[in-house]
Amino acid sequence: MDITRRELISTIAKAGVPAAVAVTVGAGSLQAETENIPVPSAAVGLLYDASICIGCKACESACAEANDTPPDTRGDALHQAPTDLNDLTRNIIKLYKPEDGSPASFVKRQCMHCLDPACAAGCPFQALHKDPETGIVSWTAAECIGCRYCTITCPFHVPRFQWKGFNPRVTKCELCSHRLEKGLKPGCTTVCPTGAVIFGPRTVLLSEAKRRIKNSPGRYYQERVYGETDNGGTQCLYLARVPFDKLGLPELGPESVPARTLRWQRRLYQYFALPALLYVGLVQVIRKSLKGHEHEAHEREKETGLRAQL
Amino acid sequence: MRRTHALILLTNWRRATLGFVLSSSRLPTQVHEGISDYDSRGNAVRRKALMSKQPTIAEHLKASGVSRRSFLQLCSVLMATAPLGLALTSKGSVQLVAQAIGKTKRPSVIWLHFQDCTGCTETLLRTSAPDVAHLILDVISLDYHETLMAASGAQAEAALRSAIADNAGKYVLVVEGAIPTRDDGVYMQMGGRPAVQVVREVAAQAAAVIAIGSCASWGGVPSADPNPTGAVGVDSVVSGKPIVNLPGCPPNPYNLLALVLEYVTMGRLPEMDEFSRPKFAYERVIHENCPRRAHFDAGRYAAAFGDEGHRKGWCLYKLGCKGPITHAACSTRHFNEIPGVWPIGIGAPCVGCTEKGVVWRMGTFETVPIHLATPPDTYPPIYSGAGGIKVGAAALVGAVAGAVGGATWVASQRFPSSAEAGVARVAVDRAHAEKLKASSGKQTDKPTDKKED
Repeated sequence: MDITRRELISTIAKAGVPAAVAVTVGAGSLQAETENIPVPSAAVGLLYDASICIGCKACESACAEANDTPPDTRGDALHQAPTDLNDLTRNIIKLYKPEDGSPASFVKRQCMHCLDPACAAGCPFQALHKDPETGIVSWTAAECIGCRYCTITCPFHVPRFQWKGFNPRVTKCELCSHRLEKGLKPGCTTVCPTGAVIFGPRTVLLSEAKRRIKNSPGRYYQERVYGETDNGGTQCLYLARVPFDKLGLPELGPESVPARTLRWQRRLYQYFALPALLYVGLVQVIRKSLKGHEHEAHEREKETGLRAQL
Repeated sequence: MRRTHALILLTNWRRATLGFVLSSSRLPTQVHEGISDYDSRGNAVRRKALMSKQPTIAEHLKASGVSRRSFLQLCSVLMATAPLGLALTSKGSVQLVAQAIGKTKRPSVIWLHFQDCTGCTETLLRTSAPDVAHLILDVISLDYHETLMAASGAQAEAALRSAIADNAGKYVLVVEGAIPTRDDGVYMQMGGRPAVQVVREVAAQAAAVIAIGSCASWGGVPSADPNPTGAVGVDSVVSGKPIVNLPGCPPNPYNLLALVLEYVTMGRLPEMDEFSRPKFAYERVIHENCPRRAHFDAGRYAAAFGDEGHRKGWCLYKLGCKGPITHAACSTRHFNEIPGVWPIGIGAPCVGCTEKGVVWRMGTFETVPIHLATPPDTYPPIYSGAGGIKVGAAALVGAVAGAVGGATWVASQRFPSSAEAGVARVAVDRAHAEKLKASSGKQTDKPTDKKED
């Protein structure tokens, strides 16, 4: 079908105007809304110092024991050797070993217990929820519908789905809340031989982390605590000598994932501008289509002498 | 005097006679009571002597001329070599241990042999710190032991009877060897009586029964298939008495020593597991403390006897080592006080001799499951990836997509194209119009006219 010059210009204009408006509206929202995410009153967490971790994996065994999970031996059937967090592994020690021989580092991965957890924001039924007092993000079987949104929304890729099983669970570190109730510490922190991971109130851990940075200038990467503001702040804090993103801790900025999503969502619907434009565009399409149909009906009537039925 | 006795016993223990042992053990009592003569069988005199007043270990040592210093040395050796977890040796200082032992009366021990190889006795005789002389002369009163006595026949029988009568209800019975039960126990006779009858009689008067070795614990080698004699352990034929099992083939003699000392000084048996094995020696599996554990965690295994890994002392798991399922303290307390002298230490896989369901039940080279797996010394990378796409899966998805696409194309060919459809529709309409025109001129006039307009 031949496209006339007029039609081309018209189409471009019709499509381009909403896009231009969207860009204009969106541009106004590029500046993050720095909403203060409240820190729970009794927020507890972990402080992991990768620079003193020796990679003994005692925390891995202790975690499995504390949570009564069988060791993940799916690797060689002899060792508890998971390759990543999974349905049996809530806590794992990984190794960053650069090819060029620059310093290597271990990293302990578990739930970060974000101040504004993306998993809870993504969960349609609040199966994942943040405790208002301790700030521990935990999962409730009764609320879960198995949609696995949490596994996708988490920027740290922490919640894991139990793919095998008739009544699958979502597994993640819950800071051993069952042990905290009994006055015990999380399993991983009870066995660490070097004190690389410690448990405590978030404020105390944060000041301890800053104390370490202050006492050892130049030791820590960027001299900052990962989790102080990252992703809106997390309750599990990290210190390391190597870039955090090399350890699987992405640079997310101070805005949490749910906050960012919410900001874009609000902009899209601001003044109802984009829906209105979409409506106009749809009307145009329908009108053009109707016009074509009328033309065809007219042609047929001329040919056959019969009036179109519709 | 004690030194001389000990020397003779150690250098020439096979010739040590019952009379020798008994006279040594009775020595302080005799000194106390002033009894100097006794008949060759010694029954009447000894009974009178022992029942009159039993000396404590401290009194016995003093009477024997053993210095306080030597006794403290013995106690420090005990503290150093006895297993962990004992109430006795976990006392703070040597003095406290010496105090606890010193005020204890030497326990009377009766040792019976049944279907055995005497390996358990042999291993006890090879203990040198404290040596067997210390043990049977100073710490316990070994009143009947068939290997260590010269008496035989009626004399031995009489010795057993008097040993029972002297300390009825107070002695410790140590049983070595399995007890045959098939055909009313005819496969082993002692003095004309079946073994099962003997063990029941002696156990009836005992304060506690210690089953030493795997045979006495559950049957051991004699009970291996097809078990022609119906061999069983002590706890299958004796009831109503506290029974402690010290399985092992042979067991470490320190376990017996520690058990006896714990019992006589603390007055109670140590904590035991479900198979009546004292936890201080049998709570953990060999694998947990194995000197070759690092090789296991690193994935370095000997694959065949004499290969490179075997010669380098790598893990013996793949050669059938039963360490991961065998509860024993062998990996921390080696034999004969020589470091490295134990099966795995000399390159022989553990056969699981302390476990009823393992030794002589499982294949020697059969590998065992790891019940409580622990992390290896390798690490996963930071980004493990979400798993690649497998060729089979890609092929399957491609096949399905191809089938759907192909079916769609074939189906679409069965429908006329839009141009053809338009032509057909116009043709139908035209035919219809002509038909209407033919049937009724008036009725068809209108559209025709309109068309012409």
